Amino acid sequence: MTDSQPLVIVENLVKHFPVTRGIVFQRRVGAVRAVDGISFTIDRGETLGLVGESGCGKTTAGRTMLGLYPASSGSVIIDDHDVCCAKIKEMQIVHQKAQMIFQDPYASLNPRWTVNAIVSEPLRVHKLIPKDRERSERVKELLSLVGMSSRLVNRFPHEFSGGQRQRIGVARALASNPLFIVCDEPISALDVSIQAQVVNLLEDLQDQFSLTYLFIAHDLSMVRHICDRVAVMYLGWIVELAERNELYEHPLHPYTTALLSAVPIPDPKKDRARRRIILPGDVPSPINPPSGCRFHPRCPLADDRCKSEIPEWREMAPGHFVACHKD
Amino acid sequence: MSSLLEVSDLRTRFHTAEGTVFAVNGISLHIDEDETLAIVGESGCGKSVSMLSVLRLIPIPPGEIVTGAAIYSGHDLFKYTEDEMEDIRGKEISMIFQDPMTSLNPVLTIGRQITEALRAHLPTDQKTAEDQAVELLEKVGLSDPRQRLKDYPHQFSGGMRQRVMIAMALSCSPSLLIADEPTTALDVTIQAQITELVAQLRDQYHMAIIWITHDLGVVAGLAERVVVMYAGLMVEEAEVDDLYEDPRHPYTLALLAALPRVDRRRDRRLKSIPGAPPNLLVEPHGCPFAPRCEFALERCKVENPPLTEVGRSHTIACWVDIKTGAPR
Repeated sequence: MTDSQPLVIVENLVKHFPVTRGIVFQRRVGAVRAVDGISFTIDRGETLGLVGESGCGKTTAGRTMLGLYPASSGSVIIDDHDVCCAKIKEMQIVHQKAQMIFQDPYASLNPRWTVNAIVSEPLRVHKLIPKDRERSERVKELLSLVGMSSRLVNRFPHEFSGGQRQRIGVARALASNPLFIVCDEPISALDVSIQAQVVNLLEDLQDQFSLTYLFIAHDLSMVRHICDRVAVMYLGWIVELAERNELYEHPLHPYTTALLSAVPIPDPKKDRARRRIILPGDVPSPINPPSGCRFHPRCPLADDRCKSEIPEWREMAPGHFVACHKD
Repeated sequence: MSSLLEVSDLRTRFHTAEGTVFAVNGISLHIDEDETLAIVGESGCGKSVSMLSVLRLIPIPPGEIVTGAAIYSGHDLFKYTEDEMEDIRGKEISMIFQDPMTSLNPVLTIGRQITEALRAHLPTDQKTAEDQAVELLEKVGLSDPRQRLKDYPHQFSGGMRQRVMIAMALSCSPSLLIADEPTTALDVTIQAQITELVAQLRDQYHMAIIWITHDLGVVAGLAERVVVMYAGLMVEEAEVDDLYEDPRHPYTLALLAALPRVDRRRDRRLKSIPGAPPNLLVEPHGCPFAPRCEFALERCKVENPPLTEVGRSHTIACWVDIKTGAPR
C-alpha cells in the first residue's frame, strides 16, 4: 500500500434509525435518515472538517465510521480494513487504529474511574501493555504529552476543569497509537481561552504522530483554522466539499453561503457592513426530508426543478464538489 | 443625559458548603436609554450573577449581595420591597435566558404563559390578553400565532422557543431588556435570526439592552459599548469599535488573539492563554488575571489595579501599558 492512497475511504454511507410504534409488537413506521449516502476520502495526515447545524447527521456520520453504530449500508475503509463488514477480531484492530474524542468532557469520562484507569483502558482492552507497572508508566507519558502533570494519575474526573478533562480524553484517544482520530466537537463545550489551548494541542500531536483527523464542528471559524478540507452537511447529505480557502472564499452551495454569512465576525465595522443571508425556518425533520434537493424549502434560489429532482454531486473546480442544480 | 440604570460597587457572594464563592467583586456600570451594552466574559466571570443580582433574582441564602447599589430611574432597586420589585421585573426590566427549554414551563401552554405575564402587570381580561399575545407572537415572527397559543413548549424548536421567550419579555414594553446568552444554545443560522430580530425590536420598542455573552463575535455587530469581565471584576470598558481595534487590557487582547476568523486565511497558530480562570473560593488578591498575563509585573500580584481612563470613554483595570510593556 502506498502513502498516496487515502487512509479513510467512505462510500455511500447510510445510517437510518428505525422509528417504531407499539410496545410489545414494535412496528417499524419510518426511519430517521440521519446519514443518507455520504462519500469522501481523507488522506494520511490530513484534517477533514465536517460542518453543519445540529441534527444534520455529522456526529452520526463520525460514529458510524468507527463502527459505534452499525451502518445501514455503504462502506467505510480505514487503513485497508472494512469497518462495515468487519468481524470482531478485525473490529478490534480498527478500534486500535481509529479513536474518538467526544464533545462533552463531563459525560465522556467515567466519574468513578481514576485518570489512570481511564487512560489505560485502551491499553488493557487491546492488550498492548500487559504489565501493570509498564502500563502506568505509559499513562504518565501520555499525560505529559497532553500537557498534564503525571502526579494527577490517581485523581478522579470531577477534580478537573473542562479543559483538563478534554486533555484526559485526548490522552485516552492517543493511548493505542491510533492513525485516525474522529474529533467530535472537541472544543465546543470549552471557554474561548481554553479552546485555543486544546486546538493547539491537537495540532502539535498531529505533527508529532502524523495523525489524521476528522474534525466535526459547528464553529466555522475554528474549522477554517484547523482543517485542510471542509465538507458541509445538511440533513444527512454532504452538499459541498472543498479545500478550506476555496470553500470559504468561493462557496458554491447556497447553504454554505448562508452558513458563512451567519458566522459573526469579531470586527464591528466589518460585521455591520456585510450582508447577512438570514435563512427562514429551521432544519426540517430527517424522518420526512423534503423531496428533491433537501435544502429547497429554505433556499433563496430554489425553483421547481429543486423541488423534484435530486441534485447531482458535481466537481465544479479541481477538488471542489457541490450538490446543487444552480451554477 | 442621566443613565437608565446605574450599578455601583456591586459585590455578590455565595456561601456554599465548600466555602464562600466570590462571584462578583465590585462592579460599577451604567446603561443609558436606548443603548445596547454587551457584557463579555468566560463562564464563571460573574457576568450573569451581576445582572441577576440587579434584578434581585439571586437566592438568598446561599447568595448575599454584600455591597452595592442599582439605581434605576432614580431609585435604588436594592431598597425596594419584594412587592415593589415584582412590579419592576417583567414590566420595567425584562430578562431572557440562555436555555429557552428550562425557562418555559413544560406543562403550561405558550398562551397561558404569555397571558400570565401580561395580566400580572396590566389590568386586562383574558380575552384582550390573548389578542395581545397573538400580536406579540406575530412580532417575533411566529407563523399562525393564534393556533400556536395552544401549543406546549416541547412542540417548538429551540429558535422558536427563544422567540416565545422574547415575546414574553416584551409583553409589557420594558425600558431595559437583559439578554443572558440568548443565542448560545442555538445554531449559527438561528443565532443570526434571533440577533436580527432583537436588533429590529430594539429600534421598534426603544429599549435599552444588556447583552451578556462569552462570544466576542456576536456582540461586535450588535452592541454600542462593551464591558469585559474577568473573575468577578470589570477589566475593560470601551465603545465597541475602540475595544476591537485598540484593546488595552491584556485579557481582552489575549481573547481576541485566541479567536480564529472566518473571514481570514490562517496565518499563524492561535495564541492561547495559558492556565485556567482563578478559583473564586479564594478572595482575589492582586489582579486576578496576573497568573495568566504575559505582561504581569510584581505589583500586579499584590495590588488590584483600579479602573482608570485611558481614552475617551475607554477604561481599563491594569497596571501595565501593553503597548510598551512598562508600568503606566
